[in-house]
Amino acid sequence: MQKITREQLIDKASKLLSNGTVSCVLGWKLGDFDYDVTPAVFNTVEELNEGFVFNDFCGANFSKYLVAKTGKVDGKILVFLKPCDTYSFNQLLTEHRFDREKVYAVGIPCEGMADIAKVKAICGEGVLAIGTDGEKMTVATLYSDEPALIDAKDVLAERCENCKSKKHVAYDELLGEEGDVIESNRFDEVAKLEAMSADERFAFWQNELSRCIRCNACRDACPACTCEKCVFDNPTSGVENKSPANSFEEKLFHIIRAYHVAGRCTDCGECSRVCPQNIPLHLLNRKFIKDMNEFYGEYQAGAEVGMRAPLVDYTTEDLEPGEVFDRRDTDA
Amino acid sequence: MQVNEYKPLIVAFCCNWCSYAGADLAGNNRLNYPADVKIIRVPCSCRVNPMFVLRAFQRGADGVIICGCHPGDCHYTSGNYYTRRRMAALFSMLDYLGIEKERTRVEWVSAAEGAKFAATMNDFVETVTALGENKRLEDLRCKK
Amino acid sequence: MRKCKAEKLNDIFALIAQDMTLYLPVDTEGGAAFTKWNENVKYSESLNTVRSPKDFFFPQTENLMAFKTEGKNIEIIDTRSETEDFAVFGVRACDTKSFDVLDRVFLSDPVDSYYANRREHGVIISVACTRPSETCFCTAFDIDATSPQGDISVWKTETDVYFEANTEKGAALMEKLSALTEDCDNTAVESAKESTKAILSRLPLKDLKLSAFGGGKTMELFENEAWDELSQSCLGCGTCTFVCPTCQCYDIKDFNTGNSVVRFRCWDSCMYSDFTKMAHGNNRLTQKERFRQRFMHKLVYYPENNDGLFSCVGCGRCLAKCPISMNIVKVIKKIGGKTNE
Repeated sequence: MQKITREQLIDKASKLLSNGTVSCVLGWKLGDFDYDVTPAVFNTVEELNEGFVFNDFCGANFSKYLVAKTGKVDGKILVFLKPCDTYSFNQLLTEHRFDREKVYAVGIPCEGMADIAKVKAICGEGVLAIGTDGEKMTVATLYSDEPALIDAKDVLAERCENCKSKKHVAYDELLGEEGDVIESNRFDEVAKLEAMSADERFAFWQNELSRCIRCNACRDACPACTCEKCVFDNPTSGVENKSPANSFEEKLFHIIRAYHVAGRCTDCGECSRVCPQNIPLHLLNRKFIKDMNEFYGEYQAGAEVGMRAPLVDYTTEDLEPGEVFDRRDTDA
Repeated sequence: MQVNEYKPLIVAFCCNWCSYAGADLAGNNRLNYPADVKIIRVPCSCRVNPMFVLRAFQRGADGVIICGCHPGDCHYTSGNYYTRRRMAALFSMLDYLGIEKERTRVEWVSAAEGAKFAATMNDFVETVTALGENKRLEDLRCKK
Repeated sequence: MRKCKAEKLNDIFALIAQDMTLYLPVDTEGGAAFTKWNENVKYSESLNTVRSPKDFFFPQTENLMAFKTEGKNIEIIDTRSETEDFAVFGVRACDTKSFDVLDRVFLSDPVDSYYANRREHGVIISVACTRPSETCFCTAFDIDATSPQGDISVWKTETDVYFEANTEKGAALMEKLSALTEDCDNTAVESAKESTKAILSRLPLKDLKLSAFGGGKTMELFENEAWDELSQSCLGCGTCTFVCPTCQCYDIKDFNTGNSVVRFRCWDSCMYSDFTKMAHGNNRLTQKERFRQRFMHKLVYYPENNDGLFSCVGCGRCLAKCPISMNIVKVIKKIGGKTNE
């Protein structure tokens, strides 16, 4: 499905390593299965040739790794950024979370990443090998003699189905062609929930959030969550809690987490991708984004470095909190 | 009078410079408002972290109201403008999660508006009483 | 061995549920999850639940006691309730093995009475695997997916369901089910086992070797340079530990309710920065140390203290759920080095 190949990326990285532009490469490393891809640092051309991979399962957003990694290396880090990653990249720069001078960013085009859960839903368990052939994917499993041929677009991750932009908003060098911001339907699900009754919404979220096991994967993968010490890990904060002890704790964690990244969330979708319980966490973040777009004008976090997020800004003419509901009720 | 009549617990965050003084004035003028309202004085309405609101609900509040100076009159110039945005976002999110929107409110009350303070509290208590106990944001461990 | 027709399985569930609460895997939006049985839920054929059945014996959160103060008096309230009998149907061979691991921790002196209480009241009904997944590696731990343990073992074929009681508790339950089941020999079960074994022999992770690990390897493996590389992209979330059937670390915390204090325990994860935090601070300051702790515990420290038993059962949950696809198999392959080539 991806238009850019592993070889092109290795070629680019090898050149930059060899001519001394960068001292290491942040890339994806193949594991035991084709969908099993781990972010890794490559230091030599040999390492790249051996383990570097680029396929439809390279979803991880590298921006956050730069916060930790830039402090550890001498010289520059080469990082490959998909369009959605570049928004997080800019947002982190806005917040002064890493040194831009220590990064060499190469923008790479993305045709959308696949969701292994969707592949397994179609082809069943026991996936042995996944190959791509243009718009098709071949999936070999333990239980079928012939590999299944499926449409790549049928297994697109949710966040990629609703891709908001193919445009790279930050890079030192771009591979392939520049894309555009896309008119997406990403707020449709939110609007659907808003149209429900309060009772239905409550039941919906109760069901979703009750599955939370507080593994913190959403927080730890989130490029906007870069606090040195999270309020939920801090025993002196008064709200620290290691487990979702009851339905209140579940809600508290997710409301506050979404609130803490409100205005800073670029809607990269990592939270929902990593959730082991398939909780649609992006619907919380998108609610804040949608609200702020409607209340205070369109705002895309990370579109440019140095923008002022809606919640740290104001105008004297802002709408009153009570009017939020009046507006909605008159619309309906 | 019924013995077990439901009495809501209301937490009112009042800014030191306007609304708290407004509450004082209501008292001085002997204006009635229900004793169910527990006032917490804060230096500015923008001191109210969204977590305060949720924690109030956790500890048994049935309604939370935030009172501050009128927009433009903030003692710190712009604190209440931030409050306005923050609480608009928070209340909208709570509503999105199915929590009754009537349980949360922001009201601007100046130091001269003792009557408005009493009227606001009367109205809010009445609204929350009609809703009944807070069930959707409760923490059963905190119930007596 | 007893058997019944496959379509009678729901009647079996109904009969079990008459005397005890019955849990079984059901498909949900979040994947398969153990759910309380009623006539409307459908038994999921999926291989593994997202959360392991350890939840039933060692729940994520449980209240231990409560305190109330009045003046100078402190009242201590025992919040324990006598657990009622329950049965868990559909536990896979790997997960039944995980109870051996947990038992050695919680039932050795001093016995954890909360856990012991649940173990006494719970009946584990295991189901043999017929469609293992690519992430399965129970064979590495000498677990036979076709002969699961537990109080009762169950084999399912297209037409029939076979039962074999392994313990007294299991035999008592089978006795109750006697009206719905009939005696049979084990030919059908044996042939089902053979066909599953044929699949097991084709699993991609079947050759995983653990000879580099085990008790006594601490000094050899602790400073292995591969830990740096393996842990470099670990996010430090607790997904692997919370979906793991054998992870058993917990924290005990007090919650101030405003009118009393509730003392509870909850799962903890060695991946967390505040794990085993003490007055002097934390004894593992980097993610590398925390990461190493998890795998050294499973593959070296635990076997050292428990007659060589590894505290991993190869269920594959961490392989499926890790946000960055770093897992115990990669650790075993990398650190195990030559033994896995």
